[in-house]
Amino acid sequence: MESASHPVHAGSVLKLDRGTGSLPGWATWAVLGGSAAVVATILLATGAFTVALTLVFGTMLSAIVLYAWSRAVEGPRRAMDRTMTLWIAAAFGLAMIPLFSLVFEVAKRGIPGLSAEFFTSDARGVVGGGGAAHAIVGTLVITAVATVISVPIGIMAAIYLNEYGTGRLRRALTFFVDVMTGIPSIVAGLFAYALFELFFGPGIRLGVMGSVALSVLMIPIVIRSAEEVLKIVPNHLREAAYALGTPKWKVIARIVLPTAFAGLITGVMIAIARIVGETAPLLVTTGVVDSMNTDPFNGRMQNLAVYAYNEYRSPGVMKQASYDKAWAAALTLIAIVMILNVAARLVYRRYKTEIR
Amino acid sequence: MLGAATKRSAPEESKGEMADSRGVTATSTEPVTAVAGQPAKTIEARDVSLFYGDFQAVEGVSMTIEPNKVTALIGSSGCGKTTFLRSLNRMHELTPGARVEGGITLDGEDVYAPGVDPVAVRRLIGMVFQQPNPFPTMSIYDNVAAGLNLNAKRVSKTQKDAVVERSLRGAHLWDEVKDRLEKPGGSLSGGQQQRLCIARAIAVEPEVLLMDEPCSALDPVATLAIEDLIGELKSRYTIAIVTHNMQQAARASDVTAFFNIEGTGRPGHLVEVGPTQEIFTKPGKQETEDYVSGRFG
Repeated sequence: MESASHPVHAGSVLKLDRGTGSLPGWATWAVLGGSAAVVATILLATGAFTVALTLVFGTMLSAIVLYAWSRAVEGPRRAMDRTMTLWIAAAFGLAMIPLFSLVFEVAKRGIPGLSAEFFTSDARGVVGGGGAAHAIVGTLVITAVATVISVPIGIMAAIYLNEYGTGRLRRALTFFVDVMTGIPSIVAGLFAYALFELFFGPGIRLGVMGSVALSVLMIPIVIRSAEEVLKIVPNHLREAAYALGTPKWKVIARIVLPTAFAGLITGVMIAIARIVGETAPLLVTTGVVDSMNTDPFNGRMQNLAVYAYNEYRSPGVMKQASYDKAWAAALTLIAIVMILNVAARLVYRRYKTEIR
Repeated sequence: MLGAATKRSAPEESKGEMADSRGVTATSTEPVTAVAGQPAKTIEARDVSLFYGDFQAVEGVSMTIEPNKVTALIGSSGCGKTTFLRSLNRMHELTPGARVEGGITLDGEDVYAPGVDPVAVRRLIGMVFQQPNPFPTMSIYDNVAAGLNLNAKRVSKTQKDAVVERSLRGAHLWDEVKDRLEKPGGSLSGGQQQRLCIARAIAVEPEVLLMDEPCSALDPVATLAIEDLIGELKSRYTIAIVTHNMQQAARASDVTAFFNIEGTGRPGHLVEVGPTQEIFTKPGKQETEDYVSGRFG
């Protein structure tokens, strides 16, 4: 009886693979550095040295050396782990290359075009000179109006889908929202043009038309992100509010939306970042213009994306100056998107709710 | 009727009616705002069956939940205790596809009668949940005042302060939080959060408090605090509590109802209900005895 209640482990062997040792902490870096040096030397000797080739062959050589060394010292499992970690890091690096290369290129070419004039004056009646102030203002106005249109519609639609919708109607709406997310942006532009043409006749160009076109693109993005955020508001909070005898609309307005606030703002910011650089729908709706216009309901309105396109398409007599300004406009646009993203993160951090 | 009735100002005659229907001499008091020791209301369930879509969760439950007593609902998991509890204040129907058959009355008034606003029912029958769930966006103060703020009652700051203090004292939480009322509700410990939720529930001065395993997420000390609190609250409220802890039922309740289920997929039903003392010492049915003595379940 005694021995039965105390199972004896004496005979069993713990088969923990402890290996025989472990590599020092600097091993990975040493292997990477050493491999790169070896590869670079060989490439230099053969006269085929480039940074890219060094990185590619250096990574491959590192993987082999690291595996062999680790296997000898630590055993096969750790060796495989190290090799895989290296490959995954390499894949991440590969994915980052286009991003950094793009930002670098835009910055390199865009900075020469930046000047006080670029931000302060429009391009009315000047040849080769002038600035993009009208395009910057136009971008901000058109995007702001699009946001004012899209956010209430998008968030209310998301509330419907998440809090009220049931059965077939809900499924149908979800489906159409998904379809809308995939609408080509030029189609949105043509839709807005056709809509305004009905009322104002052919050839109409207004800032607000661009906003409507952008709203068509923005609404489904807002709906989707808002729906996801509302979904993660825990149901027990809704029930707690119901149990206090709170009507449904108030549960949504006072409990669900505040709890989801940070996520909703982030979603909106991301949607704005997605549409702020649209070109095609604005070409057919807001038109091309050289002078400052701050009134979206009156006359043509320039924006950064169309401005960049236009400076490149028809550079006029001072080609290089126009190209510089096109790149500067692209850089400004990227800066605006980055500022929006940083703002979204700050808002999220400031207002996020701890949801258990 | 319920739709119009603000709490504790129910018309005199309806109270009389109710008393008659219970066969008890009417003891109607002046309808005034909450006073300790005021008689709470009776909930009566008649042949209640509950469904989620096609699935029947509860079958034919008839029982009375007496005022100023603690009624414990015990039974194995999935036997429908919680579902039954949630049907009492019409929380059950919030689940899509959920259905109720049979009658539930609060002092003789049918809470499921056509025209009765579920929102009004829930103002009279408050609920405390298994997981402490203070509103994460609100401070401790606002959590307690949530019922007042959310129900659009125009209340002055002074009145609100008074309600918050009274509710927090009622939930034995005042001394622990009085210096940090503006801190978020989530900053409290689990036991404190649960007492905060009880304070929030009693701040709207309901007639009945339903508690769905209020201590299952708490440690024994916090559990004891809540049980003491329940014992005190019964002087003012009708209390029904679902619990998996049989010691808790034995300690804290006056009446015990035992629910059971015949097998998976079958509806749960009420086996018997009686004074706690009796259910735990000489129950009427073998099933109950097996359960309370720990022979199964």
